[in-house]
Amino acid sequence: MATVEDRALASKTSLNDDIGEETRLRLYRVQVEIREAEQRAFDLFLQNLVKGTSHLSLGQEAVAAGFAAAMKPGDLSFCTYRGHAHTLARGVPIEKVLGELMQRDNGLMRGKGGSMHLTSTDHGVMGSYAIIGAHLPIACGAAWRAQYKGAKDVAVCFFGDGTTNIGAFHEALNFAAVWKLPVIFVCENNLYMEYTPIGDVTAVQHPAADRASAYGLPRIVVDGNDADEVFRAAAAAYEKARAGDGPSLIECMTYRHSGHSRADPAKYRPEGELEKWKERDPIKIYRERLKQFGIADSVIAGIDAEVKQQVDEATEKCKAAPMPPLDILTTDVYADGGWAWRN
Amino acid sequence: MAELTYRDAVARGIAQEMTRDPDVVFLGEDVGKAGGVFKATVGLFEQFGPLRVRDTPISEQAILGAAMGAAMTGLKPIAEIMFSDFFAVCFDYIANEFSKSRYMSNGQVKCPLVVRTGNGAGSRFGAQHSQSVENWCMMIPGLKVVAPSTPRDVIGLMAAAVRDPDPVIFFEHKSLYATKGEVPDGEIVDTLGTAKIVRPGKDATILALALMVPRALAAADKLKSEHGIDCEVVDVRSLVPLDTQTILGSVARTHRLFTVEENPRLCGWGAEIVSIVADEAFYELDGPPVRITTPHIPLPAADILEDIALPTADRIADRVRKSLQS
Repeated sequence: MATVEDRALASKTSLNDDIGEETRLRLYRVQVEIREAEQRAFDLFLQNLVKGTSHLSLGQEAVAAGFAAAMKPGDLSFCTYRGHAHTLARGVPIEKVLGELMQRDNGLMRGKGGSMHLTSTDHGVMGSYAIIGAHLPIACGAAWRAQYKGAKDVAVCFFGDGTTNIGAFHEALNFAAVWKLPVIFVCENNLYMEYTPIGDVTAVQHPAADRASAYGLPRIVVDGNDADEVFRAAAAAYEKARAGDGPSLIECMTYRHSGHSRADPAKYRPEGELEKWKERDPIKIYRERLKQFGIADSVIAGIDAEVKQQVDEATEKCKAAPMPPLDILTTDVYADGGWAWRN
Repeated sequence: MAELTYRDAVARGIAQEMTRDPDVVFLGEDVGKAGGVFKATVGLFEQFGPLRVRDTPISEQAILGAAMGAAMTGLKPIAEIMFSDFFAVCFDYIANEFSKSRYMSNGQVKCPLVVRTGNGAGSRFGAQHSQSVENWCMMIPGLKVVAPSTPRDVIGLMAAAVRDPDPVIFFEHKSLYATKGEVPDGEIVDTLGTAKIVRPGKDATILALALMVPRALAAADKLKSEHGIDCEVVDVRSLVPLDTQTILGSVARTHRLFTVEENPRLCGWGAEIVSIVADEAFYELDGPPVRITTPHIPLPAADILEDIALPTADRIADRVRKSLQS
C-alpha cells in the first residue's frame, strides 16, 4: 500500500504532460467543487438544514474527478450512498444536490430520495444505491443494453472497500467477465468498512484488486488521491470497454477525512492517521501539480473563488427554496404517475 | 384454436413478445440451450439466438440486477428465477431496487421488466422448492403481481406484463405446467389488474389463484351436484393491481366470501381481500368471510403430507358447505 500512497507525495522527477492543461484545470475545479459542496453540506447539517443522513467524500475527491474527466457524454454512472461527489462530477448543479440534501422542492428528486439516492438521468447519473453491492449487477445490465444495442457508452460503478465482501460484488464481477460487458468497477478503498478497518475483515490486502484474478481480470491498484493517476487508469478502462474488451476492476487507494456518516466522529482511527492522510490531501496534491506545470497562482485562486461563490449562491437558493408540496407523497409509485394498487 | 399446455404457453407468450419487439430480451439459468428446467422455454434460444436468450450463471442477484439495469436504460427484459423460493437470495432487487427506483428518483428511473418464476407446491420438492410466495411481492409498493391459471392467460398476461411500463412479477405454477387448455390462434394480449369470473353462481363467491383455481372449480362442481350449492368462482389472476370491483360485485350478488390460498396462513393475499370486503361490503355479507389456506407450516416433501397441507377440492367443498349450512 505504501508504494502507491507514497507515489503521490514523491516529487515528480519527470513531468508527464499527457493529460493537458484543459483537462488538468477541469480535474482541479471538479475536486474543489466537491470539497466545497461537501464541506457546505456538513456545515448545513450542523445548522440542522441538512436532514437525515449524509456520507461525505471529503478526501476522496480525486476518484470522482478523475473518472468523470475520462467519461464521454452518454456514459452512465452508478453510485453508492456516498454519491454526492460522483453526482457533482458529472455536472449536476450544486444547487440540485444541496437542495436534495436539504429536502427542498428544488432538489434533484424533490426530497423523495434524499442524500443516499441522488439520481440525475439527464447527466448519466443512473442512481445512488444504499444497499451495499446492489448497483454492481445493475451496472452490468446497463452495460448489457449497450452491448446488445451496439452503443458505445460504458457503465461505471463506484463502491467502497466494504462492498468487496458482499455476494453481489462477486456475482457481478463474474457476470461481467463472462459476458464481456462494457462496465468499469471502481473500488474506493478508504481503508474503513464503515467503522471497522477493512483489513480486519478481509482475507487479502487489497480487497478489490486481489480478487480480480478470480474473474480473469488484471490487478489494478492506483493512487486514488492523485487525480492524474485516476484519470489515466480510468481512460484506459474506458478505452478497453469501448473496444469491446470487457470489464475492468480498479482499486483506488484513498481516505475519507470525515466519519462514515454524519453520526460517526471516527474515533476508531489511530492517532495521527488522519493527519498523515491530510498531507496527501488530493486537492493539496493537485494544487502542487498545477504549479509544477506552470499554472499561475492567480488562476488557481480564481478557480477557488469561483467555486466558493457558486456554492454560496447555491446555498442561498436552497435556503430560499420551498419545501416539496405534500401531494408528491403518492406520485410516481407506478408509471401512470400515481400509486393506485386497486380499482 | 388449439389445445396447448401451460408449459408451451409460456414459450409461446415470450416468443410472441420477442417477435413483436426487438428490445425484449430473456435471461436466466438454463433457459436457453437447455430450454428451461421445466421445459417451459424450449425453442426460444433456437428462434431468437444467443444475444436475446441468454444463459446466466447461478447468480440470482446478477440476473435481477442486470434485468433492472437493462430495463432502466431501454430494454424490456424478461428474467427467470427458476424457483420462486430463490427470491429470498435476490430479494433486494424485488423489495428495494426496481420496485422503488421510480419513486425515489421522482419518476426519472423506469423499470419495465418481467420476473417470471416457478411457484407453488405439488412436486414433492420439500420446503425450499415448493412455496407460494406471491404475498412476498404483493406487499411491496411499486410492483405488479400476476399469477395465471390457464394456458390462454399465461400468454395474454405475459404480453400484458412485457408491455407494462412497471416491473411485473409473473408467477407460473409448477403443478400447472402439464395442464392443457384451449388457446386461440394469433396474438393474445390480456389486461393486468383484471379478475375473471370463471364459473358464475349465486350462493357463494370463491376466490382462487393459480393452482387453486381448478381446485375451486372442482369443489364448486361437487357442491352443486352433491348439495345443490351454486358457487361463483373468481380467478383473481392479478394481485396488484387488484380488481376489487369484480370481487366486490361478486360478493354483492352471492353475499358469502371464501378465499382459497396456497400460501401459508399469515398475511396471505386473502387476508387483504377479506379486509377490503369487511371494510367496503360488510352489510352485503350473510356470514363471516372464510379463508381456506395451507396451514402455517413449511411444506413437507412426502406426498401424503404435501397433499393434506394444500387446500384440496374436497377440503374447499367441505368448508364451504359447513359454513353455508351452519
